[in-house]
Amino acid sequence: MILRSYCILAQKTARLLVSGRHQLPTCIRLRSANSLAVRPVLSVQPTRALVDEKFQIVVRNLFPKQEVTVHSLHHSDDKDSWEAFGHYISDDNGTVTVMEDASTGGTYTGTEPMGLLWSLRPIPGSRHGLRLRKRNVLSPMVVNISVYKGLMNQGFSEEAPLATVVTERWYLAPGVQRVDIREQGVIGTLFIPPGPGPFPAVLDIWGGGGGLVEYRAALLASHGFVALALEFLSPNKKRTLDIETGYFEMAYHILQSLPQVSSDRVAVLGLSFGASVTLTLAAYSKTAKPRCCVCISGSHVYPVNKTLFEYFQLINQSLANSRFDENNHLILRDVILPIPTEPDLKVDVGKIKCPLLLVIAQDDQSWATVESTEDMEQIMERSGNRHLLTVLSYPDAGHLIEPPYTPHIRFSYFINPHNKDKVMMLWGGQPKPHADAQEDAWEKILRFLHKHLYQDIPPANKL
Amino acid sequence: MSGKEPCPLVVVRPSRGIVDEKFVVLVQNLPPGLAVTVHALIHSEDDDFWEAFGHYISDDRGCVNVAKDGSIGGSYDGVKPMGLLWSMKPIPGSRPGLRLRKKDVHTPLVVNISVYQGHMNERFKDTPALACAVAERWYKGPGVQRVGITTNGLKGTLFLPPGAGPFPGLLDLWGGGGGLVEYRSALLASHGYVSLALDYMTPKTSGNNTQHVGNDYFEAAFRLLQEHPQVCADRIALLGLSFGTSVALGMAVYSPVIKPKCLVSVSGSHVMPVNGSLSDVFAEIKKNAHNTRHDEENRIIWRDLLLPIPDDPSKKVDVGQIQCPVLLLVGEDDQNWPASESAEDMRQMMEKAGNSHLLTIASYPGTGHLIEPPYSPHIRASNFMVAQSRTKVIVLWGGQTVPHSKAQEDAWQKTLVFLEDHLYGIKHR
Repeated sequence: MILRSYCILAQKTARLLVSGRHQLPTCIRLRSANSLAVRPVLSVQPTRALVDEKFQIVVRNLFPKQEVTVHSLHHSDDKDSWEAFGHYISDDNGTVTVMEDASTGGTYTGTEPMGLLWSLRPIPGSRHGLRLRKRNVLSPMVVNISVYKGLMNQGFSEEAPLATVVTERWYLAPGVQRVDIREQGVIGTLFIPPGPGPFPAVLDIWGGGGGLVEYRAALLASHGFVALALEFLSPNKKRTLDIETGYFEMAYHILQSLPQVSSDRVAVLGLSFGASVTLTLAAYSKTAKPRCCVCISGSHVYPVNKTLFEYFQLINQSLANSRFDENNHLILRDVILPIPTEPDLKVDVGKIKCPLLLVIAQDDQSWATVESTEDMEQIMERSGNRHLLTVLSYPDAGHLIEPPYTPHIRFSYFINPHNKDKVMMLWGGQPKPHADAQEDAWEKILRFLHKHLYQDIPPANKL
Repeated sequence: MSGKEPCPLVVVRPSRGIVDEKFVVLVQNLPPGLAVTVHALIHSEDDDFWEAFGHYISDDRGCVNVAKDGSIGGSYDGVKPMGLLWSMKPIPGSRPGLRLRKKDVHTPLVVNISVYQGHMNERFKDTPALACAVAERWYKGPGVQRVGITTNGLKGTLFLPPGAGPFPGLLDLWGGGGGLVEYRSALLASHGYVSLALDYMTPKTSGNNTQHVGNDYFEAAFRLLQEHPQVCADRIALLGLSFGTSVALGMAVYSPVIKPKCLVSVSGSHVMPVNGSLSDVFAEIKKNAHNTRHDEENRIIWRDLLLPIPDDPSKKVDVGQIQCPVLLLVGEDDQNWPASESAEDMRQMMEKAGNSHLLTIASYPGTGHLIEPPYSPHIRASNFMVAQSRTKVIVLWGGQTVPHSKAQEDAWQKTLVFLEDHLYGIKHR
């Protein structure tokens, strides 16, 4: 039992005149003993890192065989709080090494060096259907790592931790420039690595959620690619859906023409709906000739001669095919099933002439990507360009394959850009396999891009 | 630029590091067997430029790894992962006598790392680089708080680690150069210590009187730490460099208030009038002013001002009375202060008194006076403002770059281990 006493604390604080930030003593200790019980030392290395870098968390100076909970806490840009935690027992030296020791409980179990990030979830009492997405890439994701006495599962905010450190997770490496693009009707954000260039480039296209999502492009630029994050389906605009393939071709052209870009080393990377756009560009565009393409959680099923507006109309019509699970989450995957046989209802991937990396999740509840991939393989086999295709298929992963250590989201709120309806969308996947998929996919995506845009050497992440 | 081959890639990991963390610098996508120069540049707060560079040849995969490959020329040679930092010197044409010191710890040192074709030694500014990266080097870890202190007539800055604590405390005393130097305290707070950087050399001037602070000034600083709600009152260390050591040793032995748990002395001496105030100390040193020497470049050598080490017990701190562990870090080429001779004398005194088991001495050959945090550029001589007379001179600190840089790394490691041992109770095996 720890005795708590505030009075001496208050006196001392009143005597202490400080300028700058006011120090509120949040810690409570037994002052009359006036002596320090051995305090644990918590360290995280590196303290500031890119989001795809691993960290090492070590707790020292615990008692031998002491039960502790290592906890992470993050306050998002959207003002929600996310937490994760693991249960550990220190070794004979009183040390816990998260990278090597196994968690026996909490939001993750087993030896999981990065579990404190990928198993983050909204704290109890949070709003429903949240998704963790960094909006402002010019600031880091700040995560508080703490160690608590005993094996705890809740009440972390009411308990004083034994120690805390703060770590920063950045999407943007130092020296990377961020530039707003408003050109020829194209809206996006450009990220340029430091240095004279020229650099290879990546056109970064997100999915049907719309808006301008910057963090993946920022991260790609931190790996040496000029990256253009593209806005389309803006939820703020009245009529945004009469964008045609021409919009994406213009974006590609703008990117390719930049003085900092090697014009023949431009790739397109798309997720979900963005993947369909990527395939369309690769197969049909007369002006955009990407050097390679990456499609994440995407499908070639897409009405090739229709505008975006018409496409979403079609989707909405076929929503009759969609189901709801027992929690009333929308399962959209069947909308494009069965995979059509009519040629004008899917991109003719047999026409693709550049290397193509398909990344799919086997528990994708949002889009029938597994079936689509099978069909694409067959088409390419028949057309004789199957050798261009690499498929990464991850069991028990869901639709939202994000950069590594992004918390897995099995479902979240989604706003239909066509009619502005809000639904709870089921994405699928289970936390641990999904986290593994994100880590493995990102490494392979970077290697794929390096191979085709730079030369075949492993990216620096593997140093 | 359309259709051109993409540029090589320079990668630094971590790209944002604490100043005592090592980094790895990697260059990729070069043609194999290409001679290149890897160059680092800092634009200081004082608007000077500092640079270092190494000469390399890319391997058959077109890569250079500064952490593993050997530099064959430049400002450092051999396999020197951190040479791009510690071998930095002001660029040609800079003002003389510079020293690289970070004033604002809220921002990092920004290091531009570039790769140039060929083995270059100069004119980097006029030559286009093949590729660049940017690395940040921080004194202050995330979550460390900085608090200005003006209470009780004190002038200092307090740095607090993140979390509630309580933490061990540290009183951080720089040397005769004076001013309020924060970076070492910010760094120590990033390692879990509440650290108070204290300005004590700035004299109070009222009318015609210039008065140095009295011993009660340091006692007030120590008490501030003791009484801070986030500090463990019985786990406070003293860390002093140069003149700061004299203060620390004097307080540790003679002050009824200051009872440090342990003491770190960097380039310091125990030679000073026993229980004297700062003013007394300066007066005593002045008596030996004729012992000032100059080197061949007319730079001031002050080490003899305290020599020979006196036998008179009233002229040196009686370290035989010290009751806490002491770590002495000493540069054998210290031209500013007779740190080696003092350390030897202290050892003898403590052996005679029977408390030498408290003493650890780390003595570094080829090392000068300014033993700074790791990877700080070595400064053999620099401008110095004599506080009392307000005159500017160039002082010889000593040391050769390679051994001095090695010493800084080792000394810091020893300091952290020593502090963890005595303040956190962590024994390193």
